[in-house]
Amino acid sequence: MFVAASLVTAVFSLDATVVLLTPVVFATAARLGVRARPHMYACTHLSNTGSLLLPVSNLTNLLALSASGLSFVRFAGLMALPWTLAIATEYLVFRRFFTGDLHTTAAAAPMAAESAPPPWFAIATVAVTLAGFIGASAAGLNPAWAAAAGALVLTVRAALRKRTTLGTIISAADVPFLLFVLALGVVVRAVIDNGLDAALGRWIPHTTGLTELVTLAAIAAALANVINNLPAVLVLLPLTVAAGPGAVLAVLIGVNIGPNLTYTGSLATMLWRRIIHQHDHTAGLAEFTLLGVLTAPAALIVAVVALWASLHALGG
Amino acid sequence: MTVIAWILEATWPACVDATRRHAPPDADIVLLHVTDPDIAQVAHGAYAGLLGRGQPRRDPGIQVQDFAAATAHKLLQDAAARLARRCTTVQRTGRVETEVIAAADGAELIVLARDGDCSHLGPHSLSHASHYIVDHAPCPVLMVWPGTPPSISTQRPPPPHPPHPPPPPPR
Repeated sequence: MFVAASLVTAVFSLDATVVLLTPVVFATAARLGVRARPHMYACTHLSNTGSLLLPVSNLTNLLALSASGLSFVRFAGLMALPWTLAIATEYLVFRRFFTGDLHTTAAAAPMAAESAPPPWFAIATVAVTLAGFIGASAAGLNPAWAAAAGALVLTVRAALRKRTTLGTIISAADVPFLLFVLALGVVVRAVIDNGLDAALGRWIPHTTGLTELVTLAAIAAALANVINNLPAVLVLLPLTVAAGPGAVLAVLIGVNIGPNLTYTGSLATMLWRRIIHQHDHTAGLAEFTLLGVLTAPAALIVAVVALWASLHALGG
Repeated sequence: MTVIAWILEATWPACVDATRRHAPPDADIVLLHVTDPDIAQVAHGAYAGLLGRGQPRRDPGIQVQDFAAATAHKLLQDAAARLARRCTTVQRTGRVETEVIAAADGAELIVLARDGDCSHLGPHSLSHASHYIVDHAPCPVLMVWPGTPPSISTQRPPPPHPPHPPPPPPR
């Protein structure tokens, strides 16, 4: 489960893990007759921690990619070790935290699953798109072109097979969200130019030694919990980009792993929840927060040390 | 006499078997399942963290909630079939341990299976919820192992004795 969630997040982005994998994991656990709780928590944690690897794994990475000056391949190369070790840290803590739940094996025979052939065309398109990211990176092209080509192939096929409509395609592009991110960027820029840079600048280290990278990641994680990780990365990028790609990657480790610390990831998210849904139940925050406190700081430090080692081994 | 059997994923067959064996023939057996809404809530929270990417109808929390209700229903059906005795099934949603205690109001026996680390004799063979239920039960409790109990040799050695407290101060 850990490997599946980490790979789905890395390749398809955290959105895919949250929206698509989470219900599948719950249904699978139920079908196998095992307790869903550890697997559900793992899904939400890995949608964050697993999103360190590729620029396409998380929107924060995409926002930072061009500012970092790194190519697609170099980004992945520097983040491979932090990604692996952060996930390993999560795994060790989860094994210990959920010992009881994981020890109870299914007593009843698993229910039969309805099987469908794997969607080979979609899998192949994704594989070619990933190869396209590497190719585009080598040719100096923006990886967005490879992504657009992959999306176009899948859309045209779905349209030809009458599995989608123009309305669905337009709504899948989620134009309001694109405008939201653009507006967020403009607002954050205005706030930075009007004094936030001076206020935050005092706390931001300008070198990339191990201590400075850990400090930077910790600030980023804290900020991600206060104002959500998208605005956090937009605030911190202009302040750290001068220190080089190592600093930008440390910020990404902070904003990507940080949301595991608190249940909703941020205050802003809580407000957002109130807008999109009127749930009558508030989750017991204690267990999620305890798990966050046990995993997030440990994974963060391990990932930053791994980043520091990668920067030294591969050259920052 | 009302007997409550707490049906929980993975360990429920042992609980059902114990209920069949120990409940008197005229007992009103209630098979109880409690769904913890926190699990769906975690999925809701992760979705909300996307700040609006994807449409609200794709909120995985809603799907998980539906799956959870269907799973609970199926589990109770399977448990009733295994019990093969007259019984009623009750599905509750909420904080698991408090819901079990609330359901046990007026009951004369609660049957539950150990739901922690059952690879050795204690400690941690009970989850937090089971601990709470044993502690707060308003009636006798029958606790069974979900499989063959581990041998007595798996018992962990007791912790060393704490140092003696200092002698009381002279009056």
